[in-house]
Amino acid sequence: MNRLTRDQMAERVARDIPEGAYVNLGIGLPTKVANYLPRQREIFLQSENGLLGMGPAPAPGEEDWELINAGKQAVTLLTGGCYFHHADSFAMMRGGHIDICVLGAFQVSVKGDLANWHTGEPGAIPAVGGAMDLAIGARQTFVMMELLTKQGESKLVETCTYPLTGLACVSRVYTDLGVFDVGADGARVVETVEGLAIDELRALTGLALAA
Amino acid sequence: MIDKAIASAEAAVADIHDGASVMIGGFGTAGMPDQLIDALIARGVGDLTIINNNAGNGETGVAALIREGRVRKIICSFPRQPDSHHFDAAYRAGRIALELVPQGNLAARIQAAGAGLGAIFTPTGYGTLLAEGKETRAIGGKDYVLEYPIHADFALIKAQTGDRWGNLVYRKTARNFGPIMAMAARTTIAQVSAIVPLGQIDPEIVVTPGIFVQRVVEIAPALAAAA
Repeated sequence: MNRLTRDQMAERVARDIPEGAYVNLGIGLPTKVANYLPRQREIFLQSENGLLGMGPAPAPGEEDWELINAGKQAVTLLTGGCYFHHADSFAMMRGGHIDICVLGAFQVSVKGDLANWHTGEPGAIPAVGGAMDLAIGARQTFVMMELLTKQGESKLVETCTYPLTGLACVSRVYTDLGVFDVGADGARVVETVEGLAIDELRALTGLALAA
Repeated sequence: MIDKAIASAEAAVADIHDGASVMIGGFGTAGMPDQLIDALIARGVGDLTIINNNAGNGETGVAALIREGRVRKIICSFPRQPDSHHFDAAYRAGRIALELVPQGNLAARIQAAGAGLGAIFTPTGYGTLLAEGKETRAIGGKDYVLEYPIHADFALIKAQTGDRWGNLVYRKTARNFGPIMAMAARTTIAQVSAIVPLGQIDPEIVVTPGIFVQRVVEIAPALAAAA
């Protein structure tokens, strides 16, 4: 079966981010999206620890550990970028000023519920960070994930079984096998990878996906 | 003459007592006031409630406080990290209590305390484990969770430049929780890289007005880097 690599997924997400968008890329896979944003488009990357206009990683040896992103990696600030404190940062999310956030996920439901912060396993130390604020705050929340677990179970589900991050907050899911819109009307296939029929996606996910 | 400058980190934290609630600035190690924390450890107090975004990284700052067994409870958003081994061990051994708060709610609750609000309704966390048992309300067709302010006896924060009236300017993403913690604590102690004469900080760029800051300690950046 054809499937997109993680970099191809990032490239696919990047295509849908328009000029002028204020965007937060979540920790992990979504950070790859930054590598594929077209240079000719001005896009504002926000990092919730307190910067807007985030630039690429500095050259080795040039790191400033007081200039980091939410994943605690050294970054740079673009000319025109700025710093702010945490209350302002989360006002940008909750207040609906961030246009798009891209998050990873354990599961997304066809209604757009998101589970991405806690496996709920006994003994697991929970950590939530900004995930809940991002999920419900951004005007559009995109998820980027492999469609299936290593065991072949669909991560796009009728109802999430992992603890929820937010209710009805995801609008679009980018996966290695296809792109889906989710929401009140359920899941709809936007596109599939080359050679994959929608019926095959229905079989893989066990969902009644609209075309 | 009002002079909030204190000669040493030890003198600045000398009245922090057993059982105190202490906000500590920083996101990971950026903005962590390591020298104030070292002075607090040296004072020998314990049973502390710590409010920070994380639960310590590596061996310094909040991690060192936990390693030394001084923390009874931590209120934070993101305790588990690759280098949070001191917290992980204390948590698994039942030696430390954890109140997990979504990061934006943590900021909003701290800011609410500083602004004198009785509570806030926040959309973050609605319908999740972290809102279980909490009061909720639908306002304008949207669901919110009632959350209470987080106050503290002390805040330990790090800034770039301060003056004797306590005005502060921060450096890059080390700003993070500093300005709102300064508002929320009864006594705010700022570790700065330089104390400058009054008027040398452009009043248009003061980030934390001195009214929110009680003590300022200069820690030369070279010393901070060596720690």
